[in-house]
Amino acid sequence: MAGLTIGFLRRACETERTEHEVSPMPTLTINGQRVVAPEGATILEAARAAGIAIPTLCHHPDLSNVGACRMCVVTVEKARGLQTACTTPVAEGMVVHTHSADAVATRRFVLEMLLSDHPNACMTCEVNGACELQDLVYEYGVAWPQHKGSRHTYPVDPDPNPFIVIDRNKCILCGRCVRACAEIQNRDIWSFAFRGFETKLVAGADQPLLEAGCESCGQCVAYCPTGALFDRMSVGKGRIGQVTRVRTVCSYCGVGCQIDLHVRRDGGRGRIVRVTGAADAPVNGLALCVKGRYGYDYVHSPERLTRPLVRAKWLDPDELAQRVGDNRWSVIGDADKRRSPVTGHDSPISPDTFIAVDWDTALDVVARKLAAEKAAHGGDSFAMLASAKCTNEENFLFAKFARQLMTTNNIDHCARL
Amino acid sequence: MTNTIRDITEQSRAIFVIGSNTTEQHPVIGIKVRRAKRRRGAKLIVADPRRIDLAEIADLYLRQRPGTDIALLNGIMHVILREGWHDADFIARRTEGFEELTATVARYTPEVAAEITGVPAADIEAAARLLAENRPAALLYAMGITQHKVGVANVLACANLQMLLGNLGVPGGGVNPLRGQNNVQGACDMGGLPNVYPGYQPVTSPEARAKFEAAWGVPLSDRVGLTVTEMFDAAERGRVRCLYIVGENPMTSDPDLRHVQHALEQTEFVVLQELFFSETAAYADVILPAASFAEKEGTVTNTERRVQRVRKAVEPPGEARADSWIITELAQRLIALGAATPDPAAPWSAWPHRPAEAIMAEINALTPSYAGITYRRLEAGEPLHWPVPNESHPGTPILHRERFTRGLGRFVAVDYVPPAELPDEQYPLIMTTGRVLYHWHGGEMSRRAQGLLAVYPEALVEVSPTDAQRLGIGDGDPVRLVSRRGAIEAKAWVTDRVNRGLVFATFHFPEQAANWLTSGEHLDPTAKIPALKVTAVRLERAGDGNR
Repeated sequence: MAGLTIGFLRRACETERTEHEVSPMPTLTINGQRVVAPEGATILEAARAAGIAIPTLCHHPDLSNVGACRMCVVTVEKARGLQTACTTPVAEGMVVHTHSADAVATRRFVLEMLLSDHPNACMTCEVNGACELQDLVYEYGVAWPQHKGSRHTYPVDPDPNPFIVIDRNKCILCGRCVRACAEIQNRDIWSFAFRGFETKLVAGADQPLLEAGCESCGQCVAYCPTGALFDRMSVGKGRIGQVTRVRTVCSYCGVGCQIDLHVRRDGGRGRIVRVTGAADAPVNGLALCVKGRYGYDYVHSPERLTRPLVRAKWLDPDELAQRVGDNRWSVIGDADKRRSPVTGHDSPISPDTFIAVDWDTALDVVARKLAAEKAAHGGDSFAMLASAKCTNEENFLFAKFARQLMTTNNIDHCARL
Repeated sequence: MTNTIRDITEQSRAIFVIGSNTTEQHPVIGIKVRRAKRRRGAKLIVADPRRIDLAEIADLYLRQRPGTDIALLNGIMHVILREGWHDADFIARRTEGFEELTATVARYTPEVAAEITGVPAADIEAAARLLAENRPAALLYAMGITQHKVGVANVLACANLQMLLGNLGVPGGGVNPLRGQNNVQGACDMGGLPNVYPGYQPVTSPEARAKFEAAWGVPLSDRVGLTVTEMFDAAERGRVRCLYIVGENPMTSDPDLRHVQHALEQTEFVVLQELFFSETAAYADVILPAASFAEKEGTVTNTERRVQRVRKAVEPPGEARADSWIITELAQRLIALGAATPDPAAPWSAWPHRPAEAIMAEINALTPSYAGITYRRLEAGEPLHWPVPNESHPGTPILHRERFTRGLGRFVAVDYVPPAELPDEQYPLIMTTGRVLYHWHGGEMSRRAQGLLAVYPEALVEVSPTDAQRLGIGDGDPVRLVSRRGAIEAKAWVTDRVNRGLVFATFHFPEQAANWLTSGEHLDPTAKIPALKVTAVRLERAGDGNR
């Protein structure tokens, strides 16, 4: 099958775009429907703009067209053989049939050939339910082929890369990862090596990704139509039917990439199991960087602070003894200013020991101290650092807090750092 | 940014990147710059003391000595003027101060500029020609331009160049600072600065003050407040007694950490609102556990002034709470204690617990540039770049189109001034600082992201092959960097990304943070930004015992 696909790929590269006449806004007929398309549009673009579906695998609207997979073949009247809709430009008077018997039979044949060298592992596959190959096999009613031909048995997960899992057995050689790397990330890490059935997706000179100069952006995963490339952090964490997507903005730099947080909500506080870009994200589309796509797990770090902490010297000694005694407050750690506190510290409570307290206590300690200091030393004895990691609404409140209630303009943040 | 990411990457005929390691610090803009160069044939000029990744594909790479940007830009402008490549029509219609600029840059012949910057005169000529022949050009910069004693003058020089070429107010042009944090733009917009109320309304303006006094029902201070570096100085001197820090880790990210440490130790009362027990937490009196971005609702503003929605996906852990809840609780308590007595008749005097959308209504009312930015419009997917002066306004993707904010664009001629801390016999190298692709700022988030830490587990110091050879340092060897203020030890990465005489260090790892070495004394006089990009240091092999 691989050899067949590559044969198609070569032929596609040789496709001549001059077969049809070019006019400013050509009018053509697709499935009997009159369609006007801009000059230079492909049959696929014209059809989709008119709401007519043509199946694809190697095509992606963000990437260049190679016509490799042959799923988009259509019958064009007066043309020799089937045409790939993704690479054939529209022409005046063209008559197209997207679901001719020939086209449908070819698609079924292509899908059968793909399945003949594809593991029957949808039950355990990470992209089950979100696999373009699976969707087309379903739509065209293709059964797992009975004949026994050559099959690839690549090692699963051969690259220790912390972000990307590779399973070449699921690779259909569509080349979307190759083009995503070259055209979106502009990095050229992925390519095809060898020929015919031996054709293989490789990074660099068949190296581990990081050694090949990969920037770990995961664009290749985002554009993979099957489970051949997948996000390692998300393996086993929940498939499409088990997650809810929440659209938000990345928490790292100021570019403003919109991301979808894939959230598993069965019990507990919910867990982010994957992060993806989104086709309609205005700045980034499907693209993200390594931090945006793979740097989210700090949200669920066991090191997150979960209770307000107050040093013992700011608490009422009697209340402290009583509440520690009845376990409503807990002694977190000692006063050493250079070490993180250790839970369950046995030493006696020193004035600088951190005590985990309830919110009312912590907030009262802060409010009383700020009020007393303002009364004694004036508002300018208070200073506040707002946060470039907080929302506009929160920063508005911080600035209002400092100015309206503490009567000072001593408010800044890390904009200069 | 005066322009949008899209108009730059799709319409600029040239892109001039100076003082921005775009592919590592703003990676998704970086890939768009690479794409513009590779797919569209846009010309790319990169000026940076380090041979950053973008330099590899640049049409022209200018390797200026750290802190010599003004001489470089003035040299380019000298050639443009000498050849008559400036946009005389734009200059006549839209600007003032051109004569002053002409007089100043006349002194910066390519030879003079080459002498100061180390960039060959021929390359300065070539840069001028590339910019003259490829309009519009977008200029992108980041902290490599601003974190100098002459940070403001550097920015003025960038603006001068773009006005000279007529590259302002047009798609594909602009002076485009790439903002670092996800909401550093918004934090500034919302008045998280000591000199301005939300929307950059000056605290020294009686009209602005009267407006906010009427809205909030209290008398307000007319004194400009302290910047972050000044706060720590004031804390050290006992003038600031209470310090309230939200989501920031000065013990890695601020200059001269020993000084910051001392200031924090001196402070009577430190409140820290954070996700983690950060390096700064060790100096706090009270630590309030906050919610992360994934645990709350709101908006953030990106580097192109685009306001976008942040949405809650998961619950905060344990008893952690959203920052808006925490600050509202504190405000209610302060009012109850009589620390402030806002007039209840004033429209925005009270502090009820409000959803983010209701807080935005107050922002709309008091911030002219955000007046038309509502949740209704954001949820409908409208692309809103401020200023958006009213609800029917479509937003302002490109600034300064018809006129500059101040009317005419003013050329402010600036002269080259050497960096404050130059190498000497004891500290013969220049250290410059920055971040790497796999980590983020002080590292609180990225050091707790397992994959990022796996790829980049410890600090590396970039050392030139020449210096490495001279000092007997091999790739991966432990080295010691010493400045007048402190010392750090880390592994050397011997690489020609840096020239002889220059080393590069990060502040992602607390013990090895470059900020133990940097100075908080050399500030830009206007912006008070510290000169983090030029520090005199000595490099030694670690473990040799030679101090």
